[in-house]
Amino acid sequence: MFNRNYKEKTIESVLFSVSALTVVILLLICLFLFRDSLLLFKETSLLDFLTGKFWYPTSVNRQFGLLPLFFGSLIVTAGAILFAVPLGIASAIYISEIAHPKVADALKPFIEILAGIPSVVFGFFGLVILVPAVQNTFNLPTGQTALTGSIMLGIMALPTIITISEDAISSVPSTIKQGSLALGATRWQTIYKVIVPAALSGISAAVMLGMGRAIGETMTLMMVTGNTAVIPSFPGGILDPVRTMTATIALEMGEVPQGSAHFHALFAVGTVLFTITFLINLIADLIKNRYRFKVD
Amino acid sequence: MTNNLKTYTILTLLVVGLVFLGIGCTGNENSEGPSEGAPAAESQSIFLKGSDTVLPLAQAEAEEFMIENTDKSVTVTGGGSGVGLTALIDGEVDIATASREIKTEEIEAAKANGIDPVETTIAYDGISVVINPENPVTELTFDQLRGIYNGSISNWEDVGGEDRQIVVISRDSSSGTYEYFKEEVLQGDEYRPDALTQPATGGIVGEVSQNPNAIGYIGVAYLDGSVKALSLDAGNGSEAPSSENILNGAYPLSRALYFYTNGEPSGLTKEFVDYVLSETGQSLVTEVGYFPIEQ
Repeated sequence: MFNRNYKEKTIESVLFSVSALTVVILLLICLFLFRDSLLLFKETSLLDFLTGKFWYPTSVNRQFGLLPLFFGSLIVTAGAILFAVPLGIASAIYISEIAHPKVADALKPFIEILAGIPSVVFGFFGLVILVPAVQNTFNLPTGQTALTGSIMLGIMALPTIITISEDAISSVPSTIKQGSLALGATRWQTIYKVIVPAALSGISAAVMLGMGRAIGETMTLMMVTGNTAVIPSFPGGILDPVRTMTATIALEMGEVPQGSAHFHALFAVGTVLFTITFLINLIADLIKNRYRFKVD
Repeated sequence: MTNNLKTYTILTLLVVGLVFLGIGCTGNENSEGPSEGAPAAESQSIFLKGSDTVLPLAQAEAEEFMIENTDKSVTVTGGGSGVGLTALIDGEVDIATASREIKTEEIEAAKANGIDPVETTIAYDGISVVINPENPVTELTFDQLRGIYNGSISNWEDVGGEDRQIVVISRDSSSGTYEYFKEEVLQGDEYRPDALTQPATGGIVGEVSQNPNAIGYIGVAYLDGSVKALSLDAGNGSEAPSSENILNGAYPLSRALYFYTNGEPSGLTKEFVDYVLSETGQSLVTEVGYFPIEQ
């Protein structure tokens, strides 16, 4: 008896320390990220960093303005969401409500495969196929634009949005569905008046998580968006090259002398990125919890 | 269900195994790191890191060297001149390869770490300015090139071409070519902020070969039929980036490629450096597409 308890306790504590390790790693990452980015503000003020319009990290009068990078990330992510949300929700509705179960079962693995394609492969595809296509379609000086990045990111965010929305739609109680049909509503009316509103919080969570995925993407964007650190105009800027926060870190981390202001500026960009994704995930979590409460 | 569970267990075990393997590998590297300083003479393997421009050359040299000396190993990685020099300063590599001279701040950082960087010139390289073959422009003066890259010239019409917007392509700032081009061509100006930034030479060739508006710069070794190299005029007449013009210095954008070592090379490092500088080594330089140093 004692032996068995002992064994249980051992297993328990091993599992505990493994999960604790995750938390410790996260804390350490935060610690180093924040510590190194705070060092930037010895040289540049926080306000200059957050509202600066120019990113000239290696010039004599160096300037570390976040705005071009921030808006670059924003416009690409917004474009990706506009592209991925209608497609993703439509696919989710089709798979969970309309498609024959056999068709749905056949479709799902393909969505999972889409999620498993490495981002550099997406980037390569974008560079070779989509960049010339965008350039010729819109008759632009170059096809490496925010739009190209948005489309690629949209495709990459699709699996997240489809899978989570589909979960939300499937977990709408069938009693509600049958009630609606029994009252004489058509299948389509049931879908857009009953099922989608009931699953809305879950779908919103899916959109937020898709957004989190999009804003953190690096390799694909670095390959197809042209990496031009200027503030994009709105809405025409969608057809101009942009540079995202992630691509900036990836592009410049290689050269930067350790401990220099530029080095700390890249960490500060990383902190901003981390804060944004953290907030997005937090919001997604809050929405998801609300939705559970509602359905019960 | 049981089957599923089994698959998951196996997968988890695999992942855990791989992680431990990973930890094991880095562990080994680390344990080799500190020992590298003292018994460098007996060490039978050396590490090179640095310039992507030097990479194809260093790789070819390492392969040939290892065919002749089967018991010795030379590992080469890229990343950029700055990456290589940082690794040398941190004592992680035996040789840093660079396509630019070491900066004063890097020398200071090295001295602070007890590293004494010594420079060896191993070859010469030319930077060619490339455009799409459809573009009728064949030559530019240095002033025109500077104007295109600092933002004062934005249409091909202004430099004798068609009425099209110029799409300017640059490398990212970790590239030695970026620094070199900035110094030689921009002469104190900044790159125009709306220039496209490509993370690799391949990206520049790719964009220029499919975009008739584009202009970019690449190492002569990367020239192929898909792009057109321009002749440049720095005031002494227009010169094409031919091997002759680069060797006699007539072509304005030619530069040296370097190895940096901690102190004078010794042991296997010296053997490898000597090999690169030998006749066999220098004939490889020509084969890869660079230009041998004059003895």
